[in-house]
Amino acid sequence: MAIEAAEVKVIAHLARIGIEEEAVAGYARSLSEILGFVEQMSAVDTTGVEPLAHPLDATQRLRPDEVTEPDQRELYQAGAPAVEAGLYLVPRVVE
Amino acid sequence: MHRKTVAELAAALRAGEVSSRELTEALLQRIEQLDPQLNSLITVTREQALAAAERADARLQAGDGGPLTGVPLVHKDIFCTAGVTTTCGSRMLAEFVAPYDATVVERLAAAGAVMLGKANMDEFAMGSSNETSYFGPVRNPWDLDAVPGGSSGGSAAAVAACLVPAATATDTGGSIRQPAALTGVCGLKPTYGRVSRYGMIAFASSLDQGGPIARTAEDLALLLGAMAGFDSRDSTSVDRVVPEYTEGLNRSIKGLRVGVPTQFFGPGLADDVRSRIEAALEVLAGEGAELHEVELPNMELALPAYYVIAPAEASSNLARYDGVRYGHRCAEPQGLEDLYKRTRAEGFGEEVKRRVLVGTYALSAGYYDAYYRKAQQIRRLVAEDFQRVLERVDVIAGPTSPTPAFNIGERVDDPVQMYLSDIYTLAVNLAGLPGLSIPAGFSRGRPVGLQLIGGYFEEARLLNVAHKYQQVTDWHRQVPEGFE
Amino acid sequence: MQWETVIGLEIHVQLATRSKIFSGAATAYGAEPNRQACPIDLGMPGVLPVLNAEVVRMAVKFGLAVGSRITPRSVFARKNYFYPDLPKGYQISQYDLPLVDGGALDIELEGGGSKRIGITRAHLEEDAGKSLHEDFHGMTGVDLNRAGTPLMEIVSEPDMRSPQEAVAYMKKLHALVRYLEICDGNMQEGSFRCDANISVRPRGETRLGTRTELKNLNSFRFVERALNYEIERQIDLIESGGEVVQETRLFDVDQGITRSMRTKEEANDYRYFPEPDLLPLEVDARLIDQVRETLPELPDEKRQRFITEYALPAYDAGVLTATRELADFFESAVSESGGYAKRTANWVMSELLAYLNKDGLELAACPVTPEMLGKLVARIEDETISGRGAKDVFEAMWAGAGEPDEVIAAKGLKQVTDSGAIEALIDEVLTNNPQQIEQYRAGKEKLFGFFVGQVMKASAGKANPQQVNDLLKQKLDGS
Repeated sequence: MAIEAAEVKVIAHLARIGIEEEAVAGYARSLSEILGFVEQMSAVDTTGVEPLAHPLDATQRLRPDEVTEPDQRELYQAGAPAVEAGLYLVPRVVE
Repeated sequence: MHRKTVAELAAALRAGEVSSRELTEALLQRIEQLDPQLNSLITVTREQALAAAERADARLQAGDGGPLTGVPLVHKDIFCTAGVTTTCGSRMLAEFVAPYDATVVERLAAAGAVMLGKANMDEFAMGSSNETSYFGPVRNPWDLDAVPGGSSGGSAAAVAACLVPAATATDTGGSIRQPAALTGVCGLKPTYGRVSRYGMIAFASSLDQGGPIARTAEDLALLLGAMAGFDSRDSTSVDRVVPEYTEGLNRSIKGLRVGVPTQFFGPGLADDVRSRIEAALEVLAGEGAELHEVELPNMELALPAYYVIAPAEASSNLARYDGVRYGHRCAEPQGLEDLYKRTRAEGFGEEVKRRVLVGTYALSAGYYDAYYRKAQQIRRLVAEDFQRVLERVDVIAGPTSPTPAFNIGERVDDPVQMYLSDIYTLAVNLAGLPGLSIPAGFSRGRPVGLQLIGGYFEEARLLNVAHKYQQVTDWHRQVPEGFE
Repeated sequence: MQWETVIGLEIHVQLATRSKIFSGAATAYGAEPNRQACPIDLGMPGVLPVLNAEVVRMAVKFGLAVGSRITPRSVFARKNYFYPDLPKGYQISQYDLPLVDGGALDIELEGGGSKRIGITRAHLEEDAGKSLHEDFHGMTGVDLNRAGTPLMEIVSEPDMRSPQEAVAYMKKLHALVRYLEICDGNMQEGSFRCDANISVRPRGETRLGTRTELKNLNSFRFVERALNYEIERQIDLIESGGEVVQETRLFDVDQGITRSMRTKEEANDYRYFPEPDLLPLEVDARLIDQVRETLPELPDEKRQRFITEYALPAYDAGVLTATRELADFFESAVSESGGYAKRTANWVMSELLAYLNKDGLELAACPVTPEMLGKLVARIEDETISGRGAKDVFEAMWAGAGEPDEVIAAKGLKQVTDSGAIEALIDEVLTNNPQQIEQYRAGKEKLFGFFVGQVMKASAGKANPQQVNDLLKQKLDGS
């Protein structure tokens, strides 16, 4: 399965990873190689096989509805790149 | 003193032959001297270590020390440590200080273990050679030109070089067992859900599992006893009694049924490794174990299935690194898209980007069924193969990795070749089973590991078999030249 | 051409839990930015979600109330996209296996009769944070207090045929979630939010037209206005030869129009996959039974009971059961009044609601308690005061003058029911107006009202009007 350069750009955009123009071909090549190898899967007939999402057949445990987390904003924001008035700052979002 | 095992150190500490402070100082000095050759640690926490050692000594003196009180160790830098940088081997988190401890860190600290530092690792645990770390590659103490394996390469190398008697690690597709094998130490990946994942930075959530690396099976038992157990903060943690893992170590393995899968001895296996593993199986047979040839017909598919599932989950798990709340942020972002794209382009290394892209592709509309769903179906087939075999045998044995350690730089440009080094380990993660690796000899001076795989929550049995093997072999006592 | 409108609603109900859906952070409204955001809400590395039991119980409660099937094994998925108010880069939501499956709600139509609106599903998910676009040196501020707040998204079938029906459905649902005590229903605070899917088609056509999705419809009034605008826009577009584009449109409250949000809408690819940090949610029969026992009387049942038990007209029963609080108020008042349901209903529906409305008060802040109103009704019924007097008492009670009996005493509003006293007043009036008596007796019967008025005036309004009538009639006609 060959991945085209244009496809690499679409995927990179979905993943929000900037890729320099000159690196696109390289990614196209290595992704094609990985996906080509992954392609082996298609040889197996898995009709009727239930997908396995978790190795153990367990079910979700529930937590009591209690407030257990104190306000530690200053601690949590100590390593934040840009904060003002308790808000995380990002470049202006255009609606 | 640095050659002693955890069990031996614990005894010496309790007997008052050595204090934790003395031990800690000695090992910190050893790290300072020797680690520059290896680069096994990203952070050394001297001050905290000494303070913890003193607390441990107080406990020991008061007579309420446990089996790990005062014992030094390092944590893989994937476990969050409150107040100490947790980098996950990435530029993205190079300065990240978590406001919380991982459950594993918390439990070991409560047991009195003394953290000396944070171990180097492949970036976000994505790698099999420890070459993807932003903090540089780790070298194998047995041969400084060789990789230590990965992703827990720092943990394994530090233990192999006797910088510490034990380390924590994580295993998503072999990241505990493969580096343990390549550096001649012991590593245990527990059953999925046995050890809490809380505070352990996620790579692939349905595969990740924390576990110990040490120099003997007995030490693994001691460490697992402290690490394992139910944690209400992890929904996938299993609420099940933690057995006393050291109790059954000496049980006879006479009559133990050992399954030897033909698929573990196929074309990709290096001859030296094959002969070392065959010899190891003979040792088990000499102890009374019965060897049975078994089949895991879908083994080969585990690798492609893994390389869909793990990147898919990773692509989503790593979406949180966006330069907004913590971690790396690009300079002068020109708009939101630029902030995201440049932050992530700068913050992530090549292999991480490659896997995030593969995973994004595999989950995207139009490909989900062909890749992700298909991989999850194969995952079931792989798990069912193991179940069928484990109805007939008690444990499965084979090589941990198809080759001994390869040279640094040898496989970096060939991702698929690199992925093949986990061919015998990652099926175990897909199934969620416990597996361990113990030293079983050498191939041209580089260690070879024997892998043992058991049924769900059968860690005690694996440790028993490994311990019996170590009673009659001395591979695990070998120390690399220059680190004696 | 005759056009038909097809509307389906997606309503996000914020579940009234104390803590968040996957973390132990508080959900209280109005905290300072990021003071209720813990590492899980902030998407910090290594932390994990654990599901809040109350969220599950509330959703099951809703499902039982609308006759849904409770999915025995439902699954959480990740919806992946990048946005600053979405800290993990994905939203945990239920996708192909929601907890609440199917169901229906009956709405009352304006012209009488009712209509059943199908509910497709209701699923659980976490809310996102908020972006504040005020100026921070050209930057946007992100507040993640709301991130992780539990939401239940209720998706209806496209069963509504007019904005009025859509509003009726929304109001019915709003009342229901408040009855169930699973949502505070506060629309200003965003606890109850509505998106609408709307399309038009020529009457008689069975295929659906191309729909648009309207967002930001956060009051009943906006829903109606936005839908009306959109119907007209779509019809105009088609009639002038254009085509409706499937898209998301934002309702602009100030201009009363809907506007395309297409600018930023790339082909969204959410890359859903099962959330590996959470296991399948199993809801067993025992839990369902437990929840069933906590179900209150539902609005429709209550309305029916009001009609039969209190002999109220359907309209009154509908008004009084619109909210659980009002129904409870009414029932307490009736009981205090000694069972005079119709008169109590009239007082609740006219005076009480009018005063609340005038002062912009919620029922919870009402200065007149059900006990006070009930007693007032009792005083009318036992003829202690007249209806007219009662209005004065109510006004005084509203202003904080105290219990009805105190007000009646203080204002001297007690009716005169002593027939001797009333007769004395009548005699006085008759003596003073001989001319009018003559005219009356000569056939000008309209003058009877004049006499009543004079007597009432002489009693300063305190004479019992019925008694005045009866006695006056005797005096004028009998002698």
